[in-house]
Amino acid sequence: MLPLKDKDKPMVQMLLLAGCCARCILRFCCVSVHAAYRQPPQNTLKQLQAFISDTENSKSQDSAVPEPPEDPPSKRAKLEPGVTDAVLERDDEAAAPRVCVVCLGILQDMCGTSQAVKVSEAVKAENYEFDTVVLSVSLPAQLCVREHSCWLHVKKEVREKGLVLDKDDVIQVKEAFKWIMQGLVAKELGGIAVVTKVGNIHDEKKNILVFTRMAVVKALEKIPDFKFLKHYPCPPAQPTSSCSPQDVRCLHGSVFVAGRYNKFCRSLPQTPWVIDGERRMESSVEELIAAPLLAAFRADGFNFSSSGREDVDVRTLGNGRPFAMELLNPHRSRFNRAEMKQLQETINKSSDKIRVRDLQIVTRQAMSRMKEGEEEKTKSYTALIWTQKPIQREDITFIDDIKDLTVDQKTPLRVLHRRALAVRPRVIHSMNARFLDPHHFYLGLKTQAGTYIKEFVHGDFGRTKPNLCQLLKTDTDILELDVESVDVDWPPAIPE
Amino acid sequence: MDGGEQKDTQANAPSVIDRYYTRWYRADLKGKPCEDHCILQHSNRICVVTLAETHPILQSGRTIKSINYQISNVCSRLNNKVSGKSKRGGQFLTDFAPLCRITCTDETEYTVYSCIRGRLLEVNESILETPTLLLEKPSTEGYIAVILPKFEESKSITENLLSREEFESVLAKRKVAESQPS
Ligand SMILES: [Zn+2]
Repeated sequence: MLPLKDKDKPMVQMLLLAGCCARCILRFCCVSVHAAYRQPPQNTLKQLQAFISDTENSKSQDSAVPEPPEDPPSKRAKLEPGVTDAVLERDDEAAAPRVCVVCLGILQDMCGTSQAVKVSEAVKAENYEFDTVVLSVSLPAQLCVREHSCWLHVKKEVREKGLVLDKDDVIQVKEAFKWIMQGLVAKELGGIAVVTKVGNIHDEKKNILVFTRMAVVKALEKIPDFKFLKHYPCPPAQPTSSCSPQDVRCLHGSVFVAGRYNKFCRSLPQTPWVIDGERRMESSVEELIAAPLLAAFRADGFNFSSSGREDVDVRTLGNGRPFAMELLNPHRSRFNRAEMKQLQETINKSSDKIRVRDLQIVTRQAMSRMKEGEEEKTKSYTALIWTQKPIQREDITFIDDIKDLTVDQKTPLRVLHRRALAVRPRVIHSMNARFLDPHHFYLGLKTQAGTYIKEFVHGDFGRTKPNLCQLLKTDTDILELDVESVDVDWPPAIPE
Repeated sequence: MDGGEQKDTQANAPSVIDRYYTRWYRADLKGKPCEDHCILQHSNRICVVTLAETHPILQSGRTIKSINYQISNVCSRLNNKVSGKSKRGGQFLTDFAPLCRITCTDETEYTVYSCIRGRLLEVNESILETPTLLLEKPSTEGYIAVILPKFEESKSITENLLSREEFESVLAKRKVAESQPS
């Protein structure tokens, strides 16, 4: 039997008369027993009707002055004469029930095996790899208005009875929808767990909205009852048609892949380089890494992030630069160690401009380790230096003795258009010089992350101080730059 | 080609300015002979205002007595402050906004102008402490100011300026005029 109490009877009566479907009546009676919603709505309706006639019986028994059962009870008569007739009339139409005035049919026809089949077919068609499904539904904003109208309709009755019932206690349409549909979808998907909170797949029925749902909810919170009732029928009017499901969209939660990359090319940007809407270089590090990953994970897109970035003309050697890639809506998500190694090979064979190592699947949380404390990390570089005045071997040996040199860097002119102007102190922990010829030498540097090496070398109009020109007392310029190491201990190394 | 060969062995790569900046000029500013300015425009639209090598201050034998960014009783370029990525608060300059006045030891005074429209980002305070920077490295460490043109004006602001070639032809004409005393 339905978990309803005597106090619910007048409300059931009112709602039936107003044109609410059986399940919406359960919602307004705050029934939270899932099974009550899962049973066929025709059965629920019959039980509700039986429940009301039971009211009449109990009424006649409890009443001090017995009334004939056919007569409407005085209390109900006060509210709405001819209630019983109305209920009976609806019962006659059970073969073709009217569209519910509150849920517009969502908890009627749209909530059953045929809809569950549609959803599961959509999921199956995508050929996902998954263990759990999250079912969510996006409802038309109009529903909030109907719900509000229906709530105002019952509120008076509720308050008169001195019952403590708040609008928030009413079971939401989408909750009832999930209670009914989860089991059905799970069955169609062959026993996959369908859950509400955690999981991977997200199904949606979305209606195109003129007003956002949020805007409607906010407006309903603000509008005084009398004003609402002036503009909207209460109870809500009978709809001419039920709402129809727009589409089923499937989305797999992102998978995060991390690793380290080398960049061996001096004409390869890290990310697509676009100036005035025009593409400058044909490829980029992120695209070279992403292409094989998108194919293997059958993902729709990606977001790339890394521990800093190098300029287009800078190589990244050594163990490479840590990076992470979020793969959006991946259809395949399970890769073991051997498969990841294979995938790494595929990336490395696809281009000789880059190389990837330590490729692994990581969690979203772990990704943050790449960014945290980035400022404190050190980076090592090798720069090919040109000097205006000729130099001899011994002229540059003093460089090796410089330790923890703090340089004050004004935001370099080359990035000043997009970054705030500031003077940032940066530490060059150590340097070493390797003589090449009277105008060239290799300068090795170990610096605090965030140090602009090019500006340290040429001085950036004297805006980085001290700079190499000052140290060597001649104009110096940087001809080539290589990143030798990015000292971030994430992601963990994977033995070859 | 005077000494081109020798220069090549020393500078076999283009300088930072050559690589990333375009040189623009304004000759005889405000009708004052040889008061030439050079604007270095970075490919990111930022402009560095400098004195052209031909400016009277840079001719041999001159010594700078003072450089003053206080261009009127109420306005000092030294008070310029910009904040955030959008460079809020910077003074907005028009073509002929004075940036500073330079006085030489022979009491001649020169005014340096912005030459382009844009927001003042910074002035070079280093030349206040070390005025010789301006004489020794006028196109780098001796710069006068950094200006950020409006994004939509980044191309049009240089329309009134001379290109390197045009400036050189001005210099050639000047030379001819000098050799023909009136
Ligand atoms: Zn309903």
